[in-house]
Amino acid sequence: MNPTTPSLVQQVIQKRWLGKAFILLLTLLAAWRIVTALLENPTLFLQQVVNGLQLGFVYALIALGYTMVYGIVRLINFAHGDVFMVGAFVSYYSITRFQLHTWLARLAPGLPEGVVLVIGALTVMAVSMAACAILAIVIERVAYKPLRNAPRISALITAIGVSFFLEYFAALQFVFSPNFITYKRPIQVVTWAISPNGITTLGGGNAPPEGSILFSNIALIIILTSIALMLGLQFIVKQTRIGKAMRTVAYDKQTARLMGINADAIISITFAIGAALAGAAGMLYAIAFPQIFFWMGIIPGLKAFVAAVLGGIGSIPGAFIGALIMGQAEVLSAAYISTPLRDAIAFSILIIVLLVRPTGIFGEPEREKA
Amino acid sequence: MSKRLFSIVALLVIASMALSACGAPAAGGGDTIKIAVLAPLSGPVPTFGVSTRDGALLAIEEWNAKGGVLGKQIEAVVEDSQCTADPAVNAANKVIDQDKVHYIVGEVCSKASIPVSEIAEQKGVVQISPTSTNPSVTINPDGSTKGYIFRACFIDPFQGLVMAKFALGQGKTTAFIMFDQGNDYVLGLAEAFEEAFVAGGGTVVGKESYTAQDTDFSAILTKVADSQAEVLFLPDYYNIVNLVAAQAKERGVTAAIMGGDGWDSSDLDLAAAEGGFFSNHYSAEDTRAVVQDWVKRYEAKYGAKPDALATLAYDATNLLIAAIEKAGKDDPAAVKDALAALQYEAVSGTITFDAQHNPIKSAVVMQVKDGKVVFAESIAP
Repeated sequence: MNPTTPSLVQQVIQKRWLGKAFILLLTLLAAWRIVTALLENPTLFLQQVVNGLQLGFVYALIALGYTMVYGIVRLINFAHGDVFMVGAFVSYYSITRFQLHTWLARLAPGLPEGVVLVIGALTVMAVSMAACAILAIVIERVAYKPLRNAPRISALITAIGVSFFLEYFAALQFVFSPNFITYKRPIQVVTWAISPNGITTLGGGNAPPEGSILFSNIALIIILTSIALMLGLQFIVKQTRIGKAMRTVAYDKQTARLMGINADAIISITFAIGAALAGAAGMLYAIAFPQIFFWMGIIPGLKAFVAAVLGGIGSIPGAFIGALIMGQAEVLSAAYISTPLRDAIAFSILIIVLLVRPTGIFGEPEREKA
Repeated sequence: MSKRLFSIVALLVIASMALSACGAPAAGGGDTIKIAVLAPLSGPVPTFGVSTRDGALLAIEEWNAKGGVLGKQIEAVVEDSQCTADPAVNAANKVIDQDKVHYIVGEVCSKASIPVSEIAEQKGVVQISPTSTNPSVTINPDGSTKGYIFRACFIDPFQGLVMAKFALGQGKTTAFIMFDQGNDYVLGLAEAFEEAFVAGGGTVVGKESYTAQDTDFSAILTKVADSQAEVLFLPDYYNIVNLVAAQAKERGVTAAIMGGDGWDSSDLDLAAAEGGFFSNHYSAEDTRAVVQDWVKRYEAKYGAKPDALATLAYDATNLLIAAIEKAGKDDPAAVKDALAALQYEAVSGTITFDAQHNPIKSAVVMQVKDGKVVFAESIAP
């Protein structure tokens, strides 16, 4: 045998055909399962997709915060999930303690209820976003800024420390308490049954009409708010001076400083914007799954982190697409494969994507830093 | 330094010996019958302890007012066992060796009752736990029954049977079961429910498991709605029930949600769980005369409605004293046989014991209705 041409076995090893074949097999299996499910009961399948969308859009809001901070300071901010938790609690207290969701009704009675609720809910969301933004600026100043020139691993470990601090501080009896708290939704849930025969409102314990897809106002609110916030973010990053400065700092911090950009201020603003999105996500998540407690940020935070990596960390559209994939992967595996395995399957998708495209779907290869 | 430490320890040992020597003769008096009450008055669940103590003491007081048992007055020895193994063992050793009691009511928590039961079994002291639900309290590791150990509450899986019976009695014939695969309490109830529901002619149209960390139940609940089951059996704790019940309505689930005593919490989201049913040991709203009578007596003494713990402690103490009376002598060996064969009309239902010393008695089913938890029905086994 000629030693210069590798044998078949060597080729299989060198080109990693085994791994690729395995991944291909898994993907085909999953695709086959989904297609049969779709043909078997298309309504049920579509309903599960709607369920997945609702989850995916909440993840998207959290994932954006991860991706923005990473894009600019190359730090995976593990405390992000806990900022999300604080956002949920701030909105809870704004609603139960201060009745902030009905402030307009007290100020100007006689206004239609819908207007009062929409403006009230938006106010509550603005308060949580502001609280989270302030919290993030404080965290950044206290914990991350002194480590700006330290090895990246130091900042990463500090982030984990901040995460633990936020969790156990929140668990104190006089802060948020260690109990499960039932979240008081500021709005009534309305579920619409959408079928070819038209839209009916579900209520009074009636079964939905045959062959209809259920869509609740909560899903609608989550999707609309997420899209609005995402567009707003895209606008800030692409169209404003601050956004331009952010992109500059992300590209090269030293040169940005030389150009007269206050890099520290820009980094603070980045943290604040990311945290504000997490605050909004906290409120939306609590509305969708109305129970809050001090550990509620860990799992959604991890999932959103995975979503951000999946889409290509540092990329805003990537985080969005990654989160939608995560939402679908979770709900569809719970629906058609196994509920206890849902997280394992969602995380396996991450591994598969990273094996095929190490930088994620929208990620760009790491640049050489000057 | 170590010499001084030694002398301090020696002093303490001598002092404790002297003290126990003082205690022993006082305990030797034979004109009363002593019953120890081991209650967690401090530790993680002090309110459970106070209720248990109050219920047990009221039972003893009532017997004494009627002239005691076997012509002797009953004396209560209350010890704080802290719902924890070590303090409970210390308390048990103290009451058995020093106070020379032959009968123990307690502990509340299974993890404290199990070590106490080993001491009681070994030393031939009759123990009846009012509320410990773990099967190991009355059963040895080899599967045999501990001769001297009893309990006054039903064990967890029994509630699954009760709810299956209740659901069938309501004319519901299809059920969907949701369970946390990592929680023995939930698994026990779910298995017992399925078995009894199928045996009673019902059909289980779907079963789905989840994990305790899950918050999004949309995929499962969409399946529940699609299956058009009449009952959704969810025997988990109130925090999971709150999440599932809130999401169920948005997914078009019309099934009645049912569960066990894990729902029994002031933190249950009553708005979300509206229309749900769960089993429990006892309800102060039970219309049976024996219950209403007990509630009145307890309120007169303590100024509050008795909870399940006080009621079960009262029942446990009464069972024990009734067995002493039936045995006719102050001898634990005779009393344990009398207790095993006893039939007693207790507040929480007519009680007889099965071969494993678990009571066979009725349970109550509670309903969440108009934002309140109300008594729905009493179900006999």
